[in-house]
Amino acid sequence: MIPADPKAVVIGASAGALEALTSILPTLSKDFRLPIMIVVHIPPDKRSVLAELFRAKSSVEVIEVEDKEPIRPGTAYFAPPDYHLLIEDQETLGLTNEEPVLFSRPSIDVLFESAADVYGAGAVAVLLTGANHDGAKGASAIARVGGHVIIQDPRSAFASAMPEAGLASCPDATVLSLDGISEYLRRIG
Amino acid sequence: MIETFEKVEDIEIRLLLEALYLRYHYDFRNYATGSIKRRLRQAREQLGFATISAMQERALHDETMLPRLLGYLTVQVSEMFRDPGYFRAIREIVVPHLRTYPSLKIWIAGCSAGEELYSLVILFREEGLEDRTIFYATDINQDALQIAEAGVYDVDRIQLFTENHRKSGGRSSLSDYYSAGYGRVSFDRTLRDRVVFSDHSLVTDAVFGEMNLISCRNVMIYFDKALQDRAVGLFRDSLARKGFLGIGAKESLRFSAHADDFSEFVRQEKIYQRIGK
Repeated sequence: MIPADPKAVVIGASAGALEALTSILPTLSKDFRLPIMIVVHIPPDKRSVLAELFRAKSSVEVIEVEDKEPIRPGTAYFAPPDYHLLIEDQETLGLTNEEPVLFSRPSIDVLFESAADVYGAGAVAVLLTGANHDGAKGASAIARVGGHVIIQDPRSAFASAMPEAGLASCPDATVLSLDGISEYLRRIG
Repeated sequence: MIETFEKVEDIEIRLLLEALYLRYHYDFRNYATGSIKRRLRQAREQLGFATISAMQERALHDETMLPRLLGYLTVQVSEMFRDPGYFRAIREIVVPHLRTYPSLKIWIAGCSAGEELYSLVILFREEGLEDRTIFYATDINQDALQIAEAGVYDVDRIQLFTENHRKSGGRSSLSDYYSAGYGRVSFDRTLRDRVVFSDHSLVTDAVFGEMNLISCRNVMIYFDKALQDRAVGLFRDSLARKGFLGIGAKESLRFSAHADDFSEFVRQEKIYQRIGK
């Protein structure tokens, strides 16, 4: 259940993301030591207020990523609208505007697959509420390299399609409620 | 075993990029790893190769593979007047400075299929600066340059272009600059009178002289940090005194080795000015 040497947490969420993240991010203390990269599906033409919103509520530092942003412990990084967020290496985040994946840019799969490449078994993926299938492929990439996959219990999710698709591609994932996820993260970070 | 597989793929990617460089002088060796990996995996799957090594073998022996691989390796995503706020800032804040010069040189670096080039030419025409300006439009992808030179786009993109143009503070109607037919729009050839198209690589080629404005948006996000530093250094050395550099909305010179050579001119729109010299 608890990864031996967690290096980073990657989170993906779509419909219902705001409420779900609200019961997770603000519960982490300022001593939380892992970096957290987050993709939320947002319309491309909107200026995102997610980072500002959570900065006000959270003890961890919260940033909207610019290209080549350095990765620091205890910091939550939001993908900006209309860009994919990737982990380049253990020190650096990158953005691209390659074509949308499953109609989404940013894409959860893109973030998760890059986390699998860079962190291997040290990657912890959290797939939350959502109404499409983004994240399922990425979650299985993380499971394949020995990382941990946590999926929000579809029964308690605002939209169940995304966690259900995640479970279908990652049957061994740990299923938790939002409170359970938040407690799990506090234990590993 | 899984661990071993991943490492083999990393080796294969490095070898393929080396092969492309040695065989064709296309240098992707310092492109950002995350996205290059993604796109090579995509190429391998869609072109039907079992491994990246197999794709490398073909690339070495069959020249027709090059343009196909370039299609994957260079990302062509743009639109006219993309991020209208950027063009509005050029129009309202940069142009008043440019007006004070008798002649102007503008470099659109990584011009892709030309959307940003035509946006700037139209803006300069609207502002009455076109006649004293030379526009240099460069890219490494020949196919993209050909599309840029033709200035023909799918008609279903024009609504977005028109909307962006309006939001950017356009003084005319975008439809003044193109004719439509057969599902395509064709931009007025006179827009190209002041344009020089050229095959130029930010990775391997040298300085372009004395530019007043360089626009290079969402090109350097595909580079690693070392290569970004090279490109920004190249821009610095290509800019005239107090010349301007515009980059993408989510790019920043904060992390660059040359950050101190530029000041933030329009912070919100990522327009910088060369200082010193």
